[in-house]
Amino acid sequence: MFKKLTLSALTALAIGTTGAMAAGTGGHIENIDFSFDGAFGAYDQAQLQRGLQVYTEVCASCHGLQYVPLRTLGDAGGPQFSEAEVRAYAEQNFEIFDEALDDFRPAIPADNFPANTSAGAPDLTLMAKARAGFHGPYGLGINQFFKGIGGPEYIVALLNGYADAPDCTPDDMEGAYNTVFASGGYPESCKDEAGHHLYPGSWIAMGQPLYGEDVEYADGHPTTLHHEAEDVAAFLMWAAEPKMMARKQAGFTAVLFLTVLSVLLYLTNKRIWKPVKYGRKDS
Amino acid sequence: MSGIPHDHYEPKTGGEKWLHKRLPVVGLLYDTIMIPTPKNLNWWWIWGIVLAYCLVHMIVTGIILAMHYTPHVDHAFASVEHITRNVNGGFMLRYLHANGAALFFFAVYIHIFRGLYYGSYKAPREITWIVGMLIFLMMMGAGFMGYVLPWGQMSFWGATVITGLFGAIPFIGEAIQTWLLGGPAVDNATLNRFFSLHYLLPFVIAALVVVHIWAFHTTGNNNPTGVDVRTDSKESVKKDTLPFWPYFVIKDLFALAVVLAIFFAVVGFMPNYLGHPDNYIEANPLVTPAHIVPEWFFLPFYAILRAFTSEVWVVQFASFITGGIIDAKFFGVIAMFAAIAVMALAPWLDTSSVRSARFRPMLKWWFWLLVIDFVVLMWLGAMPAEEPYATFSLIASAYWFGYFLVILPLMGVIEKPLPQPATIEEDFNSKYGKSAGTPAE
Repeated sequence: MFKKLTLSALTALAIGTTGAMAAGTGGHIENIDFSFDGAFGAYDQAQLQRGLQVYTEVCASCHGLQYVPLRTLGDAGGPQFSEAEVRAYAEQNFEIFDEALDDFRPAIPADNFPANTSAGAPDLTLMAKARAGFHGPYGLGINQFFKGIGGPEYIVALLNGYADAPDCTPDDMEGAYNTVFASGGYPESCKDEAGHHLYPGSWIAMGQPLYGEDVEYADGHPTTLHHEAEDVAAFLMWAAEPKMMARKQAGFTAVLFLTVLSVLLYLTNKRIWKPVKYGRKDS
Repeated sequence: MSGIPHDHYEPKTGGEKWLHKRLPVVGLLYDTIMIPTPKNLNWWWIWGIVLAYCLVHMIVTGIILAMHYTPHVDHAFASVEHITRNVNGGFMLRYLHANGAALFFFAVYIHIFRGLYYGSYKAPREITWIVGMLIFLMMMGAGFMGYVLPWGQMSFWGATVITGLFGAIPFIGEAIQTWLLGGPAVDNATLNRFFSLHYLLPFVIAALVVVHIWAFHTTGNNNPTGVDVRTDSKESVKKDTLPFWPYFVIKDLFALAVVLAIFFAVVGFMPNYLGHPDNYIEANPLVTPAHIVPEWFFLPFYAILRAFTSEVWVVQFASFITGGIIDAKFFGVIAMFAAIAVMALAPWLDTSSVRSARFRPMLKWWFWLLVIDFVVLMWLGAMPAEEPYATFSLIASAYWFGYFLVILPLMGVIEKPLPQPATIEEDFNSKYGKSAGTPAE
């Protein structure tokens, strides 16, 4: 057992240190001007509602949102549905296994979105924070400082990243070719002699989920693939960080308060030290 | 408390006298807060207050987080999400605690480098320095175990890699590792004991902080000139120092407010910037992340750990003379701990009679090179172990040891120090012009 552990630790070390080189590279990820970017950015309520619709009608068949309480769909700063709308949404869309009843019942706002592991698909609650769209340069984190970490951008790029598999693909290759997905399978026949990938991305188990016009928005917003992807990415950002608005507000208040306090303390400090530094006559 | 003569607390009223006879707590507080402090302290001396704040900040946010957190492999990850979603103010608490650790380490690194530049570690402040190093080690332990608690992928695999280091110790490593983990692999037992120790260590740190403060209150603060406070009479002490309250309390609080304004901007606007996205994926023993990196504040030492590969001649030599007992992995572990040990030994490695690098024309440059070296090591720790980074890591690690083991002892012999001011008062007055006199009475 210990050998196995040492091995895994060593592998972990080895992978940690050489993984970046061996792993494939993702395609280019576009920086998107989301409404919630920046220190004062806010979620666009209509966009979150549209994104929820995409999630419900498309993604939810395979992916869960197990940490998101349904009631938070009514919270300020989120999709902000009315109480009745939340109740109707929960009841119409999800069934929850109730241990007390030993049976399924329609979901209520007090429930979380159900977990969904039927297709082996990852839970999407934190997906927008669990992926990075931007890196570097040279591991310095400068891009992330200016553009953000880029989770939602990654999701948009991934949903738009499906492409025809290159000619080198073997017939029995499983999954769908995606130019952005970096951690999937990659056939030997698409590498050069040195083992470098000839094409960006890799093969992802999820078939292309969105094509455009997959849903019909009540507000008449366009349903091109890019619009749908942006909407669902925004919604997933909210799912991952539902208190973003409150957090930014708290941060702003704190910075403002501390700035004023700094000025007052600066003046106090200056006044206290003046006689010491320049003699009593100036004070 | 202080070795520097100054006015002590005199109980005046009957009640004060009554208490003072039984428990001189007011006197203790008075002497602590009124301690004569060199009046020429510059802005590099503010980080002690920032660190004291950090400790309180971490303990307070940590205790509240612990009320809602569940240290169990099946619930830990979910309970952190519960905190951010359902607990009142939990979305701030969690980020305040996580980023608070970053501020803590940022401050401690500046604090340590300040001590290295101004020779604060030198006699008679060796105990302060050693206790400080112990606090730093405890902080690293607490920081590492705290990062495991959210039970994300980096938590799990970081714990696996770091506890694996103990497994590299020859003969007894396996037993130590199993004992640390509470089993053959990182699992529920590991999470439980890490939670327990993560809760304990801050209080050990708090106790050590008291000793740290006690020690330098006994010797008195160092100062940018490194020149001692004149202690021949209370009058000369008064010329060289000012009481901590209000002069330095207000100065430090001003600096703290500025630092906190930046800190809260980070927490409010980019709380995940310093984190790793993979830690938002629940721990999975079956899936190894593509790139395991420690938190940024461990990176310099992580770089030293990885620098000594089996291709390095020192490692091959060590392996040869020990008959293979010291392999590359164990050598790396030794190097990592030695990197901190040589720093702790600085008081005895520094042979110079002069404290402050301000008057050490050669050491000054070697010092700044050490700072750059530290930042470069931090960057290298996040880079893959391939060329050219491997070579860079080796050079940078070698310089870290070279500074403490070669340069510090050598400089004291070959360097000709610049003339130092005779007194702290003289240094202070040269900065603030001739009009400066004795403080307002």
